[in-house]
Amino acid sequence: MGQKDTMLEVKDLHASVGGNKILRGVNLSVPTGEVHAIMGPNGSGKSTLAHVLAGRPGYEVTKGEVRYKGKDLLAMSPEQRAREGVFLAFQYPVEISGVSNVYFLKAAANAIRKHRGQPELDAIDFLALVKEKAKVVDIDESLIKRPVNEGFSGGEKKRNEIFQMAVLDPALAILDETDSGLDIDALRIVAAGVNQLRTPERAMVLVTHYQRLLDYIVPDVVHVLLDGRIVKSGGKDLALELEKKGYEWLEAPAGSR
Amino acid sequence: MKQDVTTSEIIEREYRAGFVTDIEAENIPAGLSEDVVRLISTKKNEPQWLLDWRLKAYRHWLTMTEPRWQNVHYAPIDYQSIVYYSAPKQAKKGPKSLAEVDPKLLETYEKLGVPLHERARLAGVAVDAVFDSVSVATTFRAKLEEVGVIFCSFSEAVQNHPELVKKWLGSVVPYTDNFFATLNSAVFSDGSFCYIPKGVRCPMELSTYFRINSANTGQFERTLIVAEEGSYVSYLEGCTAPIRDENQLHAAVVELVALDRAQIKYSTVQNWYPGDKNGKGGIYNFVTKRGKCQGKSSKISWTQVETGSAITWKYPSCILQGDDSIGEFYSVAVTNNYQQADTGTKMIHIGKNTRSTIVSKGISAGHGQNTYRGLVKIGKNAENGRNYSQCDSLLVGDKCGAHTFPYIEVLNSTAQMEHEASTSKIGEDQIFYFQQRGISAEDAVSMIVNGFCKEVFKELPMEFAVEAQKLLGVSLEGSVG
Repeated sequence: MGQKDTMLEVKDLHASVGGNKILRGVNLSVPTGEVHAIMGPNGSGKSTLAHVLAGRPGYEVTKGEVRYKGKDLLAMSPEQRAREGVFLAFQYPVEISGVSNVYFLKAAANAIRKHRGQPELDAIDFLALVKEKAKVVDIDESLIKRPVNEGFSGGEKKRNEIFQMAVLDPALAILDETDSGLDIDALRIVAAGVNQLRTPERAMVLVTHYQRLLDYIVPDVVHVLLDGRIVKSGGKDLALELEKKGYEWLEAPAGSR
Repeated sequence: MKQDVTTSEIIEREYRAGFVTDIEAENIPAGLSEDVVRLISTKKNEPQWLLDWRLKAYRHWLTMTEPRWQNVHYAPIDYQSIVYYSAPKQAKKGPKSLAEVDPKLLETYEKLGVPLHERARLAGVAVDAVFDSVSVATTFRAKLEEVGVIFCSFSEAVQNHPELVKKWLGSVVPYTDNFFATLNSAVFSDGSFCYIPKGVRCPMELSTYFRINSANTGQFERTLIVAEEGSYVSYLEGCTAPIRDENQLHAAVVELVALDRAQIKYSTVQNWYPGDKNGKGGIYNFVTKRGKCQGKSSKISWTQVETGSAITWKYPSCILQGDDSIGEFYSVAVTNNYQQADTGTKMIHIGKNTRSTIVSKGISAGHGQNTYRGLVKIGKNAENGRNYSQCDSLLVGDKCGAHTFPYIEVLNSTAQMEHEASTSKIGEDQIFYFQQRGISAEDAVSMIVNGFCKEVFKELPMEFAVEAQKLLGVSLEGSVG
C-alpha cells in the first residue's frame, strides 16, 4: 500500500470561545480513508474542535493552522467548507420549522453540486437519491417530509444527521457525540449507517465521550484530548484502556496549563 | 471584511423601484382648503353631487383629530405642506389608447415589471396604472367589456357610470369613517373602479399598479369594487415609489361590496419605499380597506404581503352581513431597519352562520416593529358565527419587536372562536446549521421566512406568489450579519 494522502492536518491549533481558551495547541493528522476517534473527558475541548473545523461563528482561532486537502480551511466561510466537502454531524441538531427536510437537503445538495461544477438535481432525480440513501440509516420517509428535526426524537435527529451525510457525500465527516442520547438499538442502526459510509475516499473524525460507540465503529486511530491538547494517540485498544482506567493517568504534566 | 462587501452590495440593490421618472407634471399648490377640494373636483369635471360629498367630508375632517392609539411613532404630519393633486401632463385629457400615453410613463411601468403594452402584457392580467394622482392606462378593457365587466379609472367611472358610483361610493367606508378615510373622501384624485355584473366570472385577474412619483405629493386614491349576485373577481394591487428623504403620505380607501353568492379575492403586494437603513424617508401607508359581504353566501378574501413603507397602518376588514357569508384575511407583514407596521383585520359577524379566518404572519428584522391588531366581533344575531385566528411572529436579530393585540367581542353564545399565536426567532444556531450544509446565510433566512409565510403565499395568484417571495428576500437582505 502506498502513502495515503492527508485529508486533514491540524497544526498547533489554539481557539477561544467567549474569551475562554479552550484549545491549547492541537496537533492532528487524519489520512484519507481513515477513521479517527477523539476521546476525552467533559470540557476537554472535543466539541470545540469539531465546531472550529466547521467554522462556527463565535469560535475564535487565536493561533495555528488547519489544512484540508492541502487548502487553508480556516480562510473559508462555513458554507464554503461545507461545499468543499466538510460535514459536521451535530450533537444537538436544531429544529427548523416551516422548512421540510427534503427541501432543505435539496438546497444543500445543489449548493454543493453547483460548487463542484455539477448540474443541479431536479426534484425527481433528487427524490430517487433520497430514497436510496434513506436505507442507509433506515429512516422513515415521513421524517424526510417533515420540517427539519421538528418534533423528532433524539434518536431520529441523530439518524437524520447521518442520513444527510449519506446524501451530501462529504470527503471529511466530523461526528460530534453522535452516540449521545441513543439507546442500544438506535446506536446499532446509526453505527451501521456510518460504517456503510466508510470508504477509502472519505475520512472521518468521531468525537465521543464513551468507548461504547467504538465497539460498533472501529477506529483506525484513537486520540485523547485533555485540556485542549492531544496528549496521547494509539490504536483502538487505547479506547478500551481509557474505559478501564479513566483519564486521570493521562493528566497533563504540571506547569503546562 | 467580507461581510461588509456583501452588505454594501445589498444596500445598493435593496430597493429596486426607487428611481424617479423625469416627467412634466401638473401640480396644484401645496395646502388644503375648501378651494383645493373644489379645484380637484373641477379638474376632474365632476358632477355637483360628488363635489358636495367631498365638501361634506372636508368639513367633517376639520372637526376630527388625528388618531394616536396605534403602536407606531412618527413626527406630526403638516397637512398644509402636502400637494393634493399631481398629474403627469399629457396631450389630451385621459388617453384613449396606449398610443397616446407618454412613452416615459410606459417606460416607467416597464422598468417596474408591469408592461402596459398588451403585446408584452402580464399573461391574463388586466392592469390599471395609477401614476401619482391619475390613472394613466387601463389594459384589456375591450375584452372585459365583452362580458360586461367594467374596469376603468375612478375618474372615468364618475363620467361614464355615475349611477353606479353614486350608489356604492361610501357605502362601506362612509366619509365620516376615520381621520384618514375622511381626508381621502375630500381629496381623492383617482383610483380604480370595477363592476362585475350578475353571474359573471371575471375572465382575468384585474390589477391596479400604484406609483407615487412626484415629491411632496400625497397619494389619495380610492378603489371601489362591486360584485353583483353570483359573480367572481380576483383583484391585485401593487405599489412602489421613488427613494426620497422626506416622508410621503399615502391615504387610500378601498371599498368592496359582494352581493348574494358573489366572491371577491383582493390581493396586495405592497412595496412602497420603506426609507433607508437609518429610517430616513419612506411612505406613510395609512389605508382604510373594508369589504362588505352584503349578500347571502358571499365571500371576501384579503391577502396582503406588506414589505414596503416606513409605516404601514391598516386593517383590511370584512363586514359579514349576509347569512352564511365568509371573510378571510391572510397577511404577511415585514418590517426591517426602522420600518413600523400596525396591521391586522376586523371581522364583524352580523349574519347567521358567518365564518371568518385570519392568518397573520409578522416578520421583524433590524429595528423593525411589527404589530398585529385584530378585532373579531360576533354580533348578537350572528348565530353559529365561527372564527379561526392564527397570529405568528418571527424575529430576525435581537433589536426588533413583535406585538399582538387580538380583540374578541362575542355577543352570541353559539359562537365558536379559535385563536392560536406563536413567536419564534431565527437563531444563529439555525443559520449555522444551514451554512454547515452549504447554504448561505441569506438563503437560509429566505428559506425560513418563506416556510413561515407558506400558508399566506399559497393564497396569492401564482405569478404574484413568486413575486412576493422575491420581494421578501430583497426586503430581508442584510438582516443577518
